[in-house]
Amino acid sequence: MTVVSCKGVEKTFIKGRESVEVLAGINLEIEEGDFLALMGPSGSGKTTLLNLIGGLDHPSAGSVVVGGQPLAEMSAKQLAKWRSANVGFIFQFYNLLPVLSAQRNVELPLLLTALSSKQRQANAAAALQIVGLADRAKHKPGELSGGQQQRVAIARAIVADPGLLVCDEPTGDLDRDTADEILKLLETLNGEYGKTIIMVTHDPKAAEHAAQVLRMDKGLLVENAA
Amino acid sequence: MSRLGFMWANLFRRPVRTWLTLVSVMIAFLLFVLLRTVSHSFSEGGGFGEPGIDRLMVSPKYSIIDPLPISALQQIAGVDGVLAVTHGDWFGGVYQDRANFFPKYPVKPIPHFEMYSEYLIDPQHLEAFANTRTGAVAPLAMAVKYGWKVGDKIPIEGDIWAKKDGSRNWEFDLVGTYAAPEDQQQPGVFLLNYAYFDEARDFGEGTVGWFTVRIADTERAAEIANAIDALFTNSLNPTRTMTEAEQARQFMQQIGDIELMMTGILAAVFFTILLLTGNTMAQALRERVPELAVLKTIGFSDGAVAALVLGEALLLCAVGALLGTALAIGAAVVIGPGMEEAMGVFEVSGSTAASALGLSALLGLVVGAVPSFTAQRLSIVDALRKQ
Ligand SMILES: Nc1ncnc2c1ncn2[C@@H]1O[C@H](COP(=O)(O)OP(=O)(O)O)[C@@H](O)[C@H]1O
Ligand SMILES: [Mg+2]
Repeated sequence: MTVVSCKGVEKTFIKGRESVEVLAGINLEIEEGDFLALMGPSGSGKTTLLNLIGGLDHPSAGSVVVGGQPLAEMSAKQLAKWRSANVGFIFQFYNLLPVLSAQRNVELPLLLTALSSKQRQANAAAALQIVGLADRAKHKPGELSGGQQQRVAIARAIVADPGLLVCDEPTGDLDRDTADEILKLLETLNGEYGKTIIMVTHDPKAAEHAAQVLRMDKGLLVENAA
Repeated sequence: MSRLGFMWANLFRRPVRTWLTLVSVMIAFLLFVLLRTVSHSFSEGGGFGEPGIDRLMVSPKYSIIDPLPISALQQIAGVDGVLAVTHGDWFGGVYQDRANFFPKYPVKPIPHFEMYSEYLIDPQHLEAFANTRTGAVAPLAMAVKYGWKVGDKIPIEGDIWAKKDGSRNWEFDLVGTYAAPEDQQQPGVFLLNYAYFDEARDFGEGTVGWFTVRIADTERAAEIANAIDALFTNSLNPTRTMTEAEQARQFMQQIGDIELMMTGILAAVFFTILLLTGNTMAQALRERVPELAVLKTIGFSDGAVAALVLGEALLLCAVGALLGTALAIGAAVVIGPGMEEAMGVFEVSGSTAASALGLSALLGLVVGAVPSFTAQRLSIVDALRKQ
């Protein structure tokens, strides 16, 4: 089944009188259970594409359909609700809330659900268990290493059990060994938990963990290597 | 974690800054509640009882602590339209503890109760009061409050007045009690015998603090007052005479002035708090732009994020107001009894506490409005890019 379908996607940013064409017609299909790496030089439009697929922004032209749902048809509010249930986001700099413990950071997306407080805590604990950080539940992000913080961020991304994970340079801030651990974790989520993963990365070694690698340049997909 | 818990955690991103803000909000509300309570008790319970419209007060013109010679009584009694004249004085003094603060006037027993006929006293008690040199009578409520019984000796330490032997230990025999009019809220006056007081005190013999005059025709009050003052214009002790109603009116006017001043102080305080808290919230918001973008990314709607930021401002102000009000209630319990003499019942009323909470909500809304609006409009993509 096709999870993500982009057809003729363009994105132009307008700054004053200047307009910058960042995506120049992207056609892309991602099947359920894929693990896709997106590579390409800085400024080629990778993050912009990821934002469109994750429902954070709208294309200037073309259509983005995710899980059978055309994103253009949803209001901002509907999109927010849709994201909370269907997409997990993982960033380069983890983006955890510094005032909350690991456990509470993971629990955060569940505040948007109808789950009881007990159930929320149980689910957050389970997600921390999956990423191997159950013993750090009470720690604040400031008390954790970069790799540990990224694990917490991954737990937060999966706690509401979305089918799709979008990761923007998830290992960009980590050393080689830690990066490998994070990538193995993503592989596990892909292989054992059936998550469809799109991962932007600069690192060819990181891309090796993916089943499929796509390259972008100047707003276009240029090459399709297996 | 609940949403409230989340807001609370967010407030404490910078604990020192938040505590400082919280303490200043708390102090502002402490001030608010105390000042409101002061003006409340001034205007509700304190000051004078129901003024008699047919009574004039003759006071020293320049200062209430100047004495008037008792010889003036005869002159005043001779003024056309005057039915009766009595006098009173400040005794001051402390019963056991400074906190037991009630007025004590030396008076002539029988003329006094004739003048203030709204105060009811058993004729036997009045006779005993008139016939006992060291006698005193107290309002029933006061006797109950301090557990006095007729026959008790009431020791008063003189602060204004010493006795001729230099001793400040006055002692009065409680020979009776009297009933105040039902609607009176002030604690009432402990009355002692002027004859004994005047003869025993070490200075000031033959003087009084003020005269009270009953007139026949209330329409002529101003004219009679002028006639009385005219008697003493060129004497050593010029007077100022007005109706009790006028005196009460002037007192209310002063309360009005005090309230205006308090309102001014509070306005200044809250303006400062507004700037301070507003600045804290704005600063906190700037630091959190990426975090708010992340909240939106993971599914919080624009409205939910705006509500979160507004809720934090409301929470901060509400907690500050609750602490300040609680502190004020505690303070009123501690200092209230000592202030009741001066201004009636000193107790934080439910409506004052409620208006503090209402004000805190208003403060929270004003302080939180702009950050909340900014948070609502925040674009995820822009905010994440600027990280
Ligand atoms: N919100 C925006 N406004 C203006 N220009 C943008 C915006 N987002 C991205 N760009 C521009 O689009 C280009 C691609 O950005 P991006 O998708 O972040 O690239 P990548 O992730 O591949 O490094 C860059 O030149 C960037 O400056
Ligand atoms: Mg990028």
